[in-house]
Amino acid sequence: MRITRVAAVAAVAALAFTVAACGGDDGDDTGTGAGSKTFEAGTTMERLNKAQKIIIGTKFDQPGFGLKGLDNKPAGFDVEIGKIIAGELGIAADKVEYIETPSAVREEVLEQGKADIVVATYTINDKRKERIDFAGPYYVAGQHIMVRSDDSSITGPDSFKAGDKKVCSVQGSTPGDNIKKYLANPASPGAQLVLFDGYQKCVDALTNKQVDAVTTDNVILLGYVAKSEGKFKLAGEKFTEEPYGIGVKKGDTAFREFINATLEKIYADGRYAKAWQDTAGKFDSTVPQGPAVNRY
Amino acid sequence: MSVLVDHFDVFVGGFWLTFQLCILSAVGALALGALVAVMRISPVPPLRWIGTAYVTVFRNSPLTIVWFFAAFGLPALDSNADFLRIPGLSSIFSRLGIDLPYFRFAVIALSLYTAAFVCEAIRSGINAVPPGQAEAARAIGLTFGQNLRYVVLPQAWKSAVVPLGSVIIAMIKNSALAGFFGVVGELSNSAQNLTSALGEPIIPVFVGVSIGYLVMTVPLGILLDRIEQRRAVAAR
Repeated sequence: MRITRVAAVAAVAALAFTVAACGGDDGDDTGTGAGSKTFEAGTTMERLNKAQKIIIGTKFDQPGFGLKGLDNKPAGFDVEIGKIIAGELGIAADKVEYIETPSAVREEVLEQGKADIVVATYTINDKRKERIDFAGPYYVAGQHIMVRSDDSSITGPDSFKAGDKKVCSVQGSTPGDNIKKYLANPASPGAQLVLFDGYQKCVDALTNKQVDAVTTDNVILLGYVAKSEGKFKLAGEKFTEEPYGIGVKKGDTAFREFINATLEKIYADGRYAKAWQDTAGKFDSTVPQGPAVNRY
Repeated sequence: MSVLVDHFDVFVGGFWLTFQLCILSAVGALALGALVAVMRISPVPPLRWIGTAYVTVFRNSPLTIVWFFAAFGLPALDSNADFLRIPGLSSIFSRLGIDLPYFRFAVIALSLYTAAFVCEAIRSGINAVPPGQAEAARAIGLTFGQNLRYVVLPQAWKSAVVPLGSVIIAMIKNSALAGFFGVVGELSNSAQNLTSALGEPIIPVFVGVSIGYLVMTVPLGILLDRIEQRRAVAAR
Protein backbone atom coordinates (compact mmCIF):
# COMPACT_ATOMS: atom_id res chain seq x y z
CA MET A 1 0.00 0.00 0.00
CA ARG A 2 2.67 2.37 1.03
CA ILE A 3 4.77 1.44 -1.99
CA THR A 4 1.88 2.03 -4.39
CA ARG A 5 1.31 5.45 -2.86
CA VAL A 6 4.95 6.38 -3.31
CA ALA A 7 4.80 5.09 -6.86
CA ALA A 8 1.68 7.09 -7.52
CA VAL A 9 3.26 10.24 -6.18
CA ALA A 10 6.32 9.60 -8.28
CA ALA A 11 4.18 9.00 -11.35
CA VAL A 12 2.23 12.22 -10.78
CA ALA A 13 5.44 14.12 -10.17
CA ALA A 14 6.93 12.72 -13.36
CA LEU A 15 3.80 13.67 -15.27
CA ALA A 16 3.78 17.14 -13.79
CA PHE A 17 7.43 17.54 -14.71
CA THR A 18 6.73 16.55 -18.31
CA VAL A 19 3.82 18.99 -18.50
CA ALA A 20 5.93 21.71 -16.95
CA ALA A 21 8.69 20.97 -19.43
CA CYS A 22 6.18 21.29 -22.26
CA GLY A 23 5.01 24.58 -20.77
CA GLY A 24 8.58 25.70 -20.63
CA ASP A 25 9.02 24.93 -24.31
CA ASP A 26 5.92 26.93 -25.18
CA GLY A 27 7.27 29.82 -23.17
CA ASP A 28 10.46 29.79 -25.18
CA ASP A 29 8.51 29.80 -28.44
CA THR A 30 6.52 32.93 -27.72
CA GLY A 31 9.31 34.45 -25.65
CA THR A 32 7.04 36.00 -23.07
CA GLY A 33 6.92 35.94 -19.30
CA ALA A 34 9.17 37.53 -16.71
CA GLY A 35 12.76 36.50 -17.14
CA SER A 36 12.11 34.87 -20.52
CA LYS A 37 14.55 37.35 -21.94
CA THR A 38 17.44 38.88 -20.13
CA PHE A 39 18.40 42.48 -20.37
CA GLU A 40 21.16 44.49 -18.80
CA ALA A 41 20.24 45.58 -15.30
CA GLY A 42 18.97 49.13 -14.91
CA THR A 43 17.73 49.52 -18.47
CA THR A 44 14.17 50.34 -19.45
CA MET A 45 13.99 46.96 -21.21
CA GLU A 46 14.75 45.15 -17.96
CA ARG A 47 12.24 47.22 -16.01
CA LEU A 48 9.44 46.56 -18.50
CA ASN A 49 10.28 42.88 -18.75
CA LYS A 50 10.27 42.51 -14.97
CA ALA A 51 6.98 44.40 -14.66
CA GLN A 52 5.46 42.35 -17.49
CA LYS A 53 3.57 45.43 -18.54
CA ILE A 54 4.07 48.16 -21.10
CA ILE A 55 1.96 51.25 -21.73
CA ILE A 56 1.80 52.24 -25.38
CA GLY A 57 0.41 55.58 -26.49
CA THR A 58 -1.35 55.43 -29.82
CA LYS A 59 -4.15 57.11 -31.73
CA PHE A 60 -7.67 55.80 -31.29
CA ASP A 61 -9.20 57.57 -34.28
CA GLN A 62 -6.98 56.70 -37.23
CA PRO A 63 -8.16 53.92 -39.51
CA GLY A 64 -5.28 51.69 -40.59
CA PHE A 65 -2.85 52.94 -37.92
CA GLY A 66 -4.64 53.13 -34.61
CA LEU A 67 -8.41 52.83 -34.44
CA LYS A 68 -10.36 51.75 -31.39
CA GLY A 69 -13.36 49.73 -32.45
CA LEU A 70 -16.46 48.55 -30.62
CA ASP A 71 -14.49 45.66 -29.14
CA ASN A 72 -12.58 48.33 -27.17
CA LYS A 73 -9.21 47.26 -28.57
CA PRO A 74 -7.19 49.58 -30.76
CA ALA A 75 -6.06 48.03 -34.05
CA GLY A 76 -3.79 49.16 -36.85
CA PHE A 77 -0.23 49.32 -38.11
CA ASP A 78 1.02 51.39 -35.17
CA VAL A 79 -0.61 48.97 -32.75
CA GLU A 80 1.02 45.99 -34.51
CA ILE A 81 4.45 47.66 -34.35
CA GLY A 82 3.83 48.28 -30.66
CA LYS A 83 2.90 44.65 -30.09
CA ILE A 84 6.05 43.44 -31.86
CA ILE A 85 8.23 45.67 -29.68
CA ALA A 86 6.39 44.43 -26.58
CA GLY A 87 6.94 40.85 -27.79
CA GLU A 88 10.66 41.51 -28.19
CA LEU A 89 10.67 42.76 -24.60
CA GLY A 90 9.12 39.46 -23.52
CA ILE A 91 5.69 40.91 -22.86
CA ALA A 92 2.62 39.08 -24.21
CA ALA A 93 0.23 41.02 -26.46
CA ASP A 94 -2.56 40.83 -23.87
CA LYS A 95 -0.35 42.53 -21.24
CA VAL A 96 0.01 45.65 -23.34
CA GLU A 97 -1.98 48.62 -22.12
CA TYR A 98 -2.97 51.29 -24.65
CA ILE A 99 -3.68 54.91 -23.89
CA GLU A 100 -5.00 57.44 -26.35
CA THR A 101 -2.45 60.06 -27.39
CA PRO A 102 -3.89 62.70 -29.72
CA SER A 103 -1.30 64.81 -31.54
CA ALA A 104 -1.17 67.56 -28.93
CA VAL A 105 -0.29 65.44 -25.87
CA ARG A 106 2.32 63.04 -27.24
CA GLU A 107 5.39 64.75 -25.77
CA GLU A 108 3.66 65.25 -22.43
CA VAL A 109 2.76 61.60 -21.84
CA LEU A 110 6.38 60.59 -22.46
CA GLU A 111 7.81 63.35 -20.29
CA GLN A 112 5.45 62.49 -17.45
CA GLY A 113 5.99 58.75 -17.82
CA LYS A 114 2.33 58.04 -18.57
CA ALA A 115 3.40 55.97 -21.58
CA ASP A 116 6.56 53.94 -22.12
CA ILE A 117 6.53 54.38 -25.89
CA VAL A 118 4.37 56.40 -28.26
CA VAL A 119 3.58 54.90 -31.65
CA ALA A 120 1.03 57.34 -32.99
CA THR A 121 1.69 58.51 -36.58
CA TYR A 122 4.39 60.58 -34.93
CA THR A 123 6.48 62.66 -37.33
CA ILE A 124 10.14 62.98 -36.38
CA ASN A 125 11.30 66.61 -36.24
CA ASP A 126 14.02 68.56 -34.49
CA LYS A 127 11.72 70.62 -32.32
CA ARG A 128 10.17 67.47 -30.87
CA LYS A 129 13.61 65.92 -30.38
CA GLU A 130 14.30 68.66 -27.83
CA ARG A 131 11.65 67.16 -25.57
CA ILE A 132 11.70 63.44 -26.38
CA ASP A 133 13.76 60.99 -28.43
CA PHE A 134 12.73 59.07 -31.52
CA ALA A 135 13.54 55.53 -32.60
CA GLY A 136 12.93 54.73 -36.24
CA PRO A 137 11.59 55.90 -38.63
CA TYR A 138 9.51 52.83 -39.33
CA TYR A 139 7.44 54.39 -42.09
CA VAL A 140 7.66 57.45 -44.33
CA ALA A 141 4.34 59.13 -44.90
CA GLY A 142 3.71 62.34 -46.77
CA GLN A 143 1.25 65.18 -46.54
CA HIS A 144 -1.62 64.90 -48.98
CA ILE A 145 -4.94 66.66 -49.65
CA MET A 146 -8.39 65.08 -49.53
CA VAL A 147 -11.32 66.72 -51.33
CA ARG A 148 -14.93 65.89 -52.19
CA SER A 149 -15.08 63.57 -55.19
CA ASP A 150 -17.00 66.07 -57.34
CA ASP A 151 -14.41 68.80 -56.77
CA SER A 152 -11.64 69.07 -59.38
CA SER A 153 -10.59 72.65 -58.61
CA ILE A 154 -7.92 71.62 -56.08
CA THR A 155 -4.90 69.95 -57.65
CA GLY A 156 -2.25 70.40 -54.96
CA PRO A 157 -1.17 72.70 -52.14
CA ASP A 158 -0.70 75.61 -54.57
CA SER A 159 -4.46 75.69 -55.13
CA PHE A 160 -4.78 77.43 -51.75
CA LYS A 161 -2.62 80.40 -52.84
CA ALA A 162 -5.56 82.19 -54.49
CA GLY A 163 -7.19 82.49 -51.08
CA ASP A 164 -10.70 81.27 -51.90
CA LYS A 165 -10.24 77.61 -50.87
CA LYS A 166 -10.57 76.60 -47.24
CA VAL A 167 -8.70 73.76 -45.62
CA CYS A 168 -8.98 71.83 -42.38
CA SER A 169 -6.36 70.06 -40.28
CA VAL A 170 -5.65 69.10 -36.68
CA GLN A 171 -4.33 71.31 -33.87
CA GLY A 172 -0.70 70.94 -33.00
CA SER A 173 0.06 68.65 -35.92
CA THR A 174 2.90 69.06 -38.41
CA PRO A 175 0.64 69.12 -41.49
CA GLY A 176 -1.55 71.77 -39.88
CA ASP A 177 1.48 73.98 -39.43
CA ASN A 178 2.97 73.07 -42.79
CA ILE A 179 -0.05 74.05 -44.90
CA LYS A 180 0.13 77.64 -43.62
CA LYS A 181 2.88 78.58 -46.06
CA TYR A 182 0.66 77.65 -49.01
CA LEU A 183 -2.13 80.00 -47.93
CA ALA A 184 -2.73 83.44 -49.43
CA ASN A 185 -1.79 85.09 -46.14
CA PRO A 186 0.47 82.81 -44.06
CA ALA A 187 0.79 85.37 -41.24
CA SER A 188 -2.92 85.26 -40.41
CA PRO A 189 -4.12 81.84 -41.53
CA GLY A 190 -7.53 82.13 -39.85
CA ALA A 191 -9.30 83.14 -43.05
CA GLN A 192 -8.56 79.86 -44.80
CA LEU A 193 -7.50 77.37 -42.17
CA VAL A 194 -9.58 75.56 -39.55
CA LEU A 195 -7.98 73.40 -36.88
CA PHE A 196 -9.92 70.86 -34.85
CA ASP A 197 -8.87 68.40 -32.18
CA GLY A 198 -9.63 65.34 -34.31
CA TYR A 199 -9.82 64.44 -37.99
CA GLN A 200 -13.45 63.30 -37.83
CA LYS A 201 -14.54 66.91 -37.22
CA CYS A 202 -12.60 67.95 -40.33
CA VAL A 203 -14.32 65.21 -42.31
CA ASP A 204 -17.71 66.49 -41.08
CA ALA A 205 -16.78 70.03 -42.11
CA LEU A 206 -15.74 68.72 -45.54
CA THR A 207 -19.02 66.83 -45.94
CA ASN A 208 -21.05 69.91 -44.95
CA LYS A 209 -18.92 72.14 -47.24
CA GLN A 210 -17.59 74.49 -44.56
CA VAL A 211 -14.17 73.58 -45.94
CA ASP A 212 -13.01 72.43 -49.37
CA ALA A 213 -10.16 70.16 -48.33
CA VAL A 214 -8.66 68.22 -45.44
CA THR A 215 -4.91 67.93 -45.30
CA THR A 216 -2.68 65.64 -43.30
CA ASP A 217 -0.51 62.57 -43.85
CA ASN A 218 -1.54 60.36 -46.77
CA VAL A 219 -2.15 57.20 -44.74
CA ILE A 220 -4.64 58.91 -42.47
CA LEU A 221 -6.50 60.34 -45.45
CA LEU A 222 -6.45 56.96 -47.25
CA GLY A 223 -8.35 55.51 -44.31
CA TYR A 224 -11.06 58.14 -44.63
CA VAL A 225 -11.21 57.79 -48.42
CA ALA A 226 -11.69 54.03 -48.00
CA LYS A 227 -14.45 54.56 -45.41
CA SER A 228 -16.27 57.29 -47.36
CA GLU A 229 -17.69 55.00 -50.09
CA GLY A 230 -16.68 57.29 -52.94
CA LYS A 231 -17.55 60.62 -51.33
CA PHE A 232 -13.92 61.75 -51.02
CA LYS A 233 -10.76 61.41 -53.08
CA LEU A 234 -7.12 62.43 -52.84
CA ALA A 235 -6.05 65.42 -54.95
CA GLY A 236 -2.62 65.58 -56.60
CA GLU A 237 0.54 64.02 -55.19
CA LYS A 238 1.90 63.88 -51.66
CA PHE A 239 4.06 66.95 -51.21
CA THR A 240 6.18 66.30 -48.11
CA GLU A 241 8.10 63.47 -46.50
CA GLU A 242 7.03 62.71 -42.95
CA PRO A 243 9.12 60.02 -41.29
CA TYR A 244 7.10 58.36 -38.53
CA GLY A 245 9.14 57.53 -35.43
CA ILE A 246 8.55 55.84 -32.11
CA GLY A 247 8.71 58.27 -29.24
CA VAL A 248 10.65 57.33 -26.10
CA LYS A 249 11.65 59.34 -23.04
CA LYS A 250 14.37 61.90 -23.69
CA GLY A 251 17.84 60.53 -23.14
CA ASP A 252 16.93 56.83 -22.97
CA THR A 253 19.51 55.86 -25.58
CA ALA A 254 19.68 52.17 -24.69
CA PHE A 255 15.93 51.74 -25.14
CA ARG A 256 16.00 53.67 -28.40
CA GLU A 257 18.80 51.48 -29.72
CA PHE A 258 16.84 48.39 -28.69
CA ILE A 259 13.81 49.56 -30.68
CA ASN A 260 15.99 50.47 -33.68
CA ALA A 261 17.52 46.98 -33.65
CA THR A 262 14.06 45.44 -33.34
CA LEU A 263 12.88 47.41 -36.37
CA GLU A 264 15.82 46.23 -38.46
CA LYS A 265 15.11 42.69 -37.36
CA ILE A 266 11.46 42.79 -38.38
CA TYR A 267 12.22 44.45 -41.74
CA ALA A 268 14.35 41.39 -42.50
CA ASP A 269 12.19 38.57 -41.14
CA GLY A 270 8.91 39.62 -42.79
CA ARG A 271 7.00 40.55 -39.64
CA TYR A 272 7.02 44.20 -40.76
CA ALA A 273 5.43 43.38 -44.13
CA LYS A 274 2.84 41.16 -42.44
CA ALA A 275 1.92 43.87 -39.94
CA TRP A 276 1.35 46.24 -42.87
CA GLN A 277 -0.75 43.80 -44.88
CA ASP A 278 -2.96 42.99 -41.89
CA THR A 279 -3.71 46.63 -41.17
CA ALA A 280 -2.97 49.69 -43.33
CA GLY A 281 -2.42 47.41 -46.32
CA LYS A 282 -6.17 47.20 -46.66
CA PHE A 283 -6.19 50.81 -47.85
CA ASP A 284 -2.80 50.86 -49.58
CA SER A 285 -1.72 47.47 -50.90
CA THR A 286 1.88 48.47 -51.76
CA VAL A 287 3.93 47.14 -48.89
CA PRO A 288 6.43 49.86 -47.94
CA GLN A 289 10.15 49.20 -47.76
CA GLY A 290 11.22 49.60 -44.16
CA PRO A 291 13.08 52.94 -44.13
CA ALA A 292 16.63 53.00 -42.78
CA VAL A 293 16.57 53.77 -39.08
CA ASN A 294 18.22 57.00 -38.01
CA ARG A 295 20.64 56.62 -35.11
CA TYR A 296 21.16 60.32 -34.47
CA MET B 1 10.42 82.44 -20.59
CA SER B 2 12.03 83.49 -23.89
CA VAL B 3 8.99 82.16 -25.72
CA LEU B 4 7.04 85.19 -24.46
CA VAL B 5 9.49 87.47 -26.27
CA ASP B 6 10.13 85.30 -29.34
CA HIS B 7 6.47 84.71 -30.04
CA PHE B 8 5.09 87.96 -28.69
CA ASP B 9 3.21 88.53 -31.95
CA VAL B 10 1.39 85.20 -31.53
CA PHE B 11 0.20 86.15 -28.06
CA VAL B 12 -0.86 89.62 -29.20
CA GLY B 13 -2.70 88.18 -32.21
CA GLY B 14 -4.44 85.64 -29.99
CA PHE B 15 -5.34 88.34 -27.50
CA TRP B 16 -6.96 90.54 -30.15
CA LEU B 17 -8.97 87.73 -31.62
CA THR B 18 -10.25 86.64 -28.19
CA PHE B 19 -10.96 90.30 -27.39
CA GLN B 20 -13.01 90.71 -30.58
CA LEU B 21 -14.90 87.52 -29.88
CA CYS B 22 -15.67 88.70 -26.34
CA ILE B 23 -16.82 92.19 -27.39
CA LEU B 24 -19.22 90.78 -29.98
CA SER B 25 -20.49 88.01 -27.70
CA ALA B 26 -20.94 90.40 -24.78
CA VAL B 27 -23.03 92.75 -26.91
CA GLY B 28 -25.05 89.81 -28.23
CA ALA B 29 -25.53 88.30 -24.78
CA LEU B 30 -26.53 91.60 -23.13
CA ALA B 31 -29.06 92.41 -25.85
CA LEU B 32 -30.55 88.94 -26.00
CA GLY B 33 -30.45 88.53 -22.20
CA ALA B 34 -32.29 91.84 -21.66
CA LEU B 35 -34.91 90.76 -24.18
CA VAL B 36 -35.41 87.40 -22.48
CA ALA B 37 -35.60 89.10 -19.06
CA VAL B 38 -38.34 91.41 -20.32
CA MET B 39 -40.14 88.37 -21.76
CA ARG B 40 -39.96 86.61 -18.41
CA ILE B 41 -41.71 89.48 -16.59
CA SER B 42 -44.09 90.38 -19.42
CA PRO B 43 -47.86 90.32 -18.79
CA VAL B 44 -48.34 88.03 -21.85
CA PRO B 45 -48.20 84.38 -20.70
CA PRO B 46 -46.78 82.81 -23.94
CA LEU B 47 -43.86 85.26 -23.86
CA ARG B 48 -43.21 84.34 -20.23
CA TRP B 49 -43.23 80.66 -21.18
CA ILE B 50 -40.74 81.21 -24.01
CA GLY B 51 -38.47 83.23 -21.73
CA THR B 52 -38.57 80.61 -18.99
CA ALA B 53 -37.96 77.79 -21.47
CA TYR B 54 -34.97 79.64 -22.91
CA VAL B 55 -33.35 80.13 -19.52
CA THR B 56 -34.10 76.56 -18.49
CA VAL B 57 -32.45 75.13 -21.60
CA PHE B 58 -29.39 77.36 -21.90
CA ARG B 59 -28.60 77.85 -18.23
CA ASN B 60 -28.70 74.10 -17.61
CA SER B 61 -26.75 72.83 -20.64
CA PRO B 62 -22.96 72.62 -20.61
CA LEU B 63 -21.37 75.29 -22.78
CA THR B 64 -19.52 72.63 -24.77
CA ILE B 65 -22.83 71.10 -25.84
CA VAL B 66 -24.31 74.47 -26.83
CA TRP B 67 -21.14 75.21 -28.79
CA PHE B 68 -21.16 71.83 -30.42
CA PHE B 69 -24.69 72.39 -31.69
CA ALA B 70 -23.72 75.82 -32.98
CA ALA B 71 -20.58 74.62 -34.78
CA PHE B 72 -21.84 71.27 -36.11
CA GLY B 73 -25.62 71.53 -35.84
CA LEU B 74 -26.00 74.74 -37.86
CA PRO B 75 -23.95 73.37 -40.80
CA ALA B 76 -26.13 70.26 -40.78
CA LEU B 77 -29.12 72.61 -41.13
CA ASP B 78 -27.35 74.22 -44.10
CA SER B 79 -26.60 77.46 -42.30
CA ASN B 80 -23.26 79.23 -42.22
CA ALA B 81 -24.65 81.95 -39.94
CA ASP B 82 -24.35 84.41 -42.81
CA PHE B 83 -26.81 86.78 -41.14
CA LEU B 84 -23.90 87.84 -38.89
CA ARG B 85 -21.92 89.13 -41.88
CA ILE B 86 -23.12 92.65 -41.10
CA PRO B 87 -21.41 94.96 -43.66
CA GLY B 88 -20.02 97.76 -41.45
CA LEU B 89 -19.27 95.48 -38.51
CA SER B 90 -17.34 92.90 -40.51
CA SER B 91 -14.91 95.56 -41.71
CA ILE B 92 -13.93 96.21 -38.06
CA PHE B 93 -14.15 92.59 -36.90
CA SER B 94 -12.62 91.03 -40.00
CA ARG B 95 -13.23 87.43 -38.89
CA LEU B 96 -16.97 88.04 -38.92
CA GLY B 97 -17.09 88.43 -42.69
CA ILE B 98 -14.87 85.60 -43.95
CA ASP B 99 -16.08 82.44 -45.65
CA LEU B 100 -15.11 80.18 -42.77
CA PRO B 101 -18.09 80.36 -40.41
CA TYR B 102 -16.50 79.17 -37.15
CA PHE B 103 -15.93 82.63 -35.69
CA ARG B 104 -19.61 83.43 -36.28
CA PHE B 105 -20.61 80.11 -34.71
CA ALA B 106 -18.47 81.03 -31.69
CA VAL B 107 -20.25 84.39 -31.31
CA ILE B 108 -23.61 82.63 -31.54
CA ALA B 109 -22.72 79.91 -29.02
CA LEU B 110 -21.25 82.32 -26.46
CA SER B 111 -24.12 84.82 -26.86
CA LEU B 112 -26.87 82.21 -26.52
CA TYR B 113 -25.29 80.59 -23.49
CA THR B 114 -24.36 83.80 -21.68
CA ALA B 115 -27.74 85.42 -22.43
CA ALA B 116 -29.44 82.99 -20.03
CA PHE B 117 -27.21 84.20 -17.18
CA VAL B 118 -27.55 87.83 -18.24
CA CYS B 119 -31.33 87.41 -18.14
CA GLU B 120 -31.25 86.11 -14.59
CA ALA B 121 -28.88 88.88 -13.44
CA ILE B 122 -31.19 91.52 -14.89
CA ARG B 123 -34.23 89.84 -13.40
CA SER B 124 -32.63 89.84 -9.97
CA GLY B 125 -32.10 93.57 -10.45
CA ILE B 126 -35.74 94.03 -11.42
CA ASN B 127 -36.86 92.10 -8.35
CA ALA B 128 -34.79 94.44 -6.20
CA VAL B 129 -36.88 97.42 -7.31
CA PRO B 130 -39.61 97.96 -4.68
CA PRO B 131 -42.99 96.83 -6.11
CA GLY B 132 -44.43 100.22 -5.19
CA GLN B 133 -42.40 101.81 -7.99
CA ALA B 134 -44.02 99.73 -10.72
CA GLU B 135 -47.44 100.07 -9.12
CA ALA B 136 -47.12 103.85 -8.94
CA ALA B 137 -45.99 103.96 -12.57
CA ARG B 138 -49.01 101.91 -13.59
CA ALA B 139 -51.25 104.15 -11.48
CA ILE B 140 -50.21 107.27 -13.38
CA GLY B 141 -51.12 105.47 -16.62
CA LEU B 142 -47.76 104.36 -18.05
CA THR B 143 -47.90 101.38 -20.41
CA PHE B 144 -45.84 98.22 -19.70
CA GLY B 145 -43.13 99.42 -22.09
CA GLN B 146 -42.98 102.94 -20.62
CA ASN B 147 -43.05 101.48 -17.12
CA LEU B 148 -39.97 99.36 -17.89
CA ARG B 149 -38.14 102.02 -19.80
CA TYR B 150 -38.59 105.01 -17.48
CA VAL B 151 -39.17 103.51 -14.04
CA VAL B 152 -38.17 99.87 -13.52
CA LEU B 153 -35.13 99.21 -15.73
CA PRO B 154 -33.14 102.36 -14.78
CA GLN B 155 -33.43 101.33 -11.11
CA ALA B 156 -32.93 97.63 -11.82
CA TRP B 157 -29.76 98.39 -13.77
CA LYS B 158 -28.09 99.80 -10.65
CA SER B 159 -28.33 96.61 -8.67
CA ALA B 160 -27.81 94.35 -11.71
CA VAL B 161 -24.57 95.87 -12.97
CA VAL B 162 -22.21 94.03 -10.63
CA PRO B 163 -23.70 90.53 -11.17
CA LEU B 164 -23.78 91.34 -14.91
CA GLY B 165 -20.07 92.11 -14.77
CA SER B 166 -19.40 88.74 -13.16
CA VAL B 167 -21.36 87.06 -15.94
CA ILE B 168 -19.26 88.84 -18.57
CA ILE B 169 -16.01 87.91 -16.80
CA ALA B 170 -17.14 84.29 -16.79
CA MET B 171 -17.92 84.62 -20.49
CA ILE B 172 -14.43 85.91 -21.28
CA LYS B 173 -12.96 82.85 -19.60
CA ASN B 174 -15.45 80.57 -21.36
CA SER B 175 -14.26 81.93 -24.70
CA ALA B 176 -11.17 79.74 -24.29
CA LEU B 177 -13.27 76.92 -25.74
CA ALA B 178 -13.33 78.64 -29.13
CA GLY B 179 -10.08 77.02 -30.20
CA PHE B 180 -11.65 73.59 -29.94
CA PHE B 181 -14.41 74.59 -32.32
CA GLY B 182 -12.40 75.81 -35.26
CA VAL B 183 -11.51 79.40 -34.33
CA VAL B 184 -7.86 79.46 -35.36
CA GLY B 185 -5.52 81.90 -33.65
CA GLU B 186 -7.62 82.55 -30.55
CA LEU B 187 -5.57 83.00 -27.35
CA SER B 188 -5.75 79.46 -25.93
CA ASN B 189 -5.55 77.90 -29.37
CA SER B 190 -2.34 79.77 -30.23
CA ALA B 191 -0.87 78.40 -27.01
CA GLN B 192 -1.60 74.87 -28.09
CA ASN B 193 -0.05 75.58 -31.45
CA LEU B 194 3.12 76.90 -29.79
CA THR B 195 3.48 73.92 -27.45
CA SER B 196 2.80 71.07 -29.80
CA ALA B 197 3.55 72.08 -33.39
CA LEU B 198 6.51 74.26 -32.45
CA GLY B 199 7.46 72.30 -29.32
CA GLU B 200 7.73 75.26 -26.96
CA PRO B 201 7.73 74.45 -23.22
CA ILE B 202 4.24 74.39 -21.75
CA ILE B 203 4.50 76.43 -18.57
CA PRO B 204 5.86 79.73 -20.00
CA VAL B 205 3.32 79.54 -22.83
CA PHE B 206 0.44 79.16 -20.42
CA VAL B 207 1.82 81.96 -18.23
CA GLY B 208 1.58 84.11 -21.36
CA VAL B 209 -1.97 82.95 -22.01
CA SER B 210 -3.01 83.69 -18.42
CA ILE B 211 -1.61 87.21 -18.73
CA GLY B 212 -3.70 87.64 -21.87
CA TYR B 213 -6.91 86.75 -20.04
CA LEU B 214 -6.01 88.77 -16.95
CA VAL B 215 -5.48 91.86 -19.10
CA MET B 216 -9.13 91.56 -20.08
CA THR B 217 -10.72 90.44 -16.82
CA VAL B 218 -8.82 92.36 -14.12
CA PRO B 219 -9.65 95.87 -15.44
CA LEU B 220 -13.27 94.80 -15.78
CA GLY B 221 -13.25 93.58 -12.17
CA ILE B 222 -11.69 96.84 -10.94
CA LEU B 223 -14.29 98.82 -12.89
CA LEU B 224 -17.05 96.83 -11.19
CA ASP B 225 -15.56 97.52 -7.76
CA ARG B 226 -15.51 101.24 -8.56
CA ILE B 227 -19.16 101.20 -9.62
CA GLU B 228 -20.10 99.39 -6.45
CA GLN B 229 -18.23 101.87 -4.24
CA ARG B 230 -19.77 104.83 -5.98
CA ARG B 231 -23.19 103.34 -5.53
CA ALA B 232 -22.53 102.72 -1.85
CA VAL B 233 -21.60 106.40 -1.47
CA ALA B 234 -24.74 107.48 -3.33
CA ALA B 235 -26.92 105.29 -1.15
CA ARG B 236 -25.58 106.77 2.06
